[in-house]
Amino acid sequence: MDLSAINPILLLASLMVAATPILLAAIGELVVERAGVLNLGVEGMMITGAICGFIIAVATGSPWLGFIGAAIGGAMLSLLFGVLTQFLLSNQVATGLALTLFGLGLSALMGQGYLGIRAPSFPDWHIPLLGDIPVIGPIVFQHDPMVYIGLLIVASVWFFLNRTRGGLILRAVGENHDAAHALGYHVRRTRMLAIMFGGACAGLGGAYLSLVRVPQWTEGMTAGAGWIALAIVVFASWKPGRLVLGAYLFGGVTVLQLNLQAAGVAVPVEYLSMSPYLATIAVLVIMSAGRAPGSLGRIFHAAR
Amino acid sequence: MIVLDKRPQPSRMWSYAAPVLAVVLTMVVGGILFAALGKNPVEVIRTIFLDPLFSKNAWFYRPQLLIKGAPLVLIAVGLSFGFRAGIWNIGAEGQYIMGALCGAAVGLAFYPMESWLIFPLMIMAGAIGGALWGLIPGLLKVRFGTNEILVSLMLVYVAESLLAAMALGPLKNPEGMGFPGSRNLSQYPSAANLELISGSGMHWGVVAALIAVIFAYVLLARHMFGFQVRLAGQAPRAARFAGVNPARMILICMGLSGALAGLAGMFEVSGPAGQVTIDFNVGYGFTAIIVAFLGRLHPVGILLAGAVMALTYIGGGIAQSNLGLPAAAISLLQGMLLFFLLAVDVLTNYRVRFSNRVAA
Repeated sequence: MDLSAINPILLLASLMVAATPILLAAIGELVVERAGVLNLGVEGMMITGAICGFIIAVATGSPWLGFIGAAIGGAMLSLLFGVLTQFLLSNQVATGLALTLFGLGLSALMGQGYLGIRAPSFPDWHIPLLGDIPVIGPIVFQHDPMVYIGLLIVASVWFFLNRTRGGLILRAVGENHDAAHALGYHVRRTRMLAIMFGGACAGLGGAYLSLVRVPQWTEGMTAGAGWIALAIVVFASWKPGRLVLGAYLFGGVTVLQLNLQAAGVAVPVEYLSMSPYLATIAVLVIMSAGRAPGSLGRIFHAAR
Repeated sequence: MIVLDKRPQPSRMWSYAAPVLAVVLTMVVGGILFAALGKNPVEVIRTIFLDPLFSKNAWFYRPQLLIKGAPLVLIAVGLSFGFRAGIWNIGAEGQYIMGALCGAAVGLAFYPMESWLIFPLMIMAGAIGGALWGLIPGLLKVRFGTNEILVSLMLVYVAESLLAAMALGPLKNPEGMGFPGSRNLSQYPSAANLELISGSGMHWGVVAALIAVIFAYVLLARHMFGFQVRLAGQAPRAARFAGVNPARMILICMGLSGALAGLAGMFEVSGPAGQVTIDFNVGYGFTAIIVAFLGRLHPVGILLAGAVMALTYIGGGIAQSNLGLPAAAISLLQGMLLFFLLAVDVLTNYRVRFSNRVAA
């Protein structure tokens, strides 16, 4: 074992990259849950986004178009969840599970013939001046644009939820849908929009895996990232700021584990690869004090 | 404008009709999907749903129905208790793996000794392994208030890694010329879960599944615990006033579903699969969730739903080899089935009315 082979700067730099797909999916789900909807289909939407983005990026040669396609694909799939839970009033837990199972099958079917192909490259940005700062430059300012877009989305969500009228309405709908309805807000419309935003973000997160992180298509490649995103929303107590902390923590565990594998630690690879999931459980145990939105997971049926 | 009125009682007629309608809708939409893939939809649907039972090769496929159906029914019966009470164990796949690992480990520990005691010990080990794995999310929920959905699911990935580690490490066949995977239990008479009637597909797992169905039926219909489960699901507040202990309910439901999933894994590893391998689990734990819902969380319904799902596995396999249908199309079909069921269920709980009044 040679721990000196692990370069701390590279480790911290790849941490941001490893955290980005989970961060993207989690910020979408955070908005969905603040609107009072529990969508357990993040994993399904992520992997659908991964293959949609991959197909479009390969067909057009443009990763940017791939990301847009992934967002649309994720949102389309979430629409299915939205119609079922908001209009056909189905159980949200069961529907979310169905969405995951369906998404895994759908992506595998769509991805036939795309195995073993490399995605078009998505170059890193070398931000001038900031990127040249020693140590901090390579860690923070030399990544691909999606890393920063992810952080921008988180900041925008924070601003939207806490500083705009629309955010207030969304939170009202999530805390008490009956009261929000009585005040004349459109509960279903708000929730459908939130669900679609969640789907689009999950799609982006999935595409980040297939276009940047891996960058290839393999069946079931999300490997639980969607579920970890759900756990991070709980960890963050439904607050965007803490979401970043949570995602980077998991990025850190993942990267460290991969680095230890590469450094040839005396522990078999199979045990090391458990660590992100065990860390998720540990975090859920430590951080289960947050208060969930009041109407989370409850079916809204307006009495007339 | 379509208006939904909540029914005071779920419609009895629709609760029976909804799964049937969902299967029919899945066939129709699945047919359209297969047509889009360039296959003859009628032929594919016939291959998946009828050929395993009625084609001239059906003698070969019918035993498969029991082999594939038994683990699905066994797991789904366990899950149905929790799902009724609002306790969501969705990590049955992990409990299935742990049951198989514990059962196989006990069997392999005795190799090559022969005794009639070994197989019952393996059954117990399988059930205990699954139950303990299922109790982890249960205990964490009771003690720390963690979400059992997320924890049980995370433990699936942990169990999968553990399975790989065991197949490559401690349980590896020392005479396996370095290939991953354990000794073949089906060639070790004391530990083998062989067919009880040759050529029927009937092994101990099938017997266990049938016993589980009867046991669950009696428990739900005649026993205090079954009443409490139904009460906790339908009226949680009333259940608390009636003295139902939520912590006890969580632990029993998680432990019970874990034990049954573990049993399913143990019967699979000692019978049809034969050995512990890296890719031992094939998703029965997740498909069983669909089976539980399709069977209306009722033991008899689950038995029928398990048969339908087993059919899609076998028929899907035939369609894959004979018609070149991609394997993914079958898992898509299974996911679709759950979607349609959840969608159609609106008719069970609500009355649809057409109203001229425009809603506010």
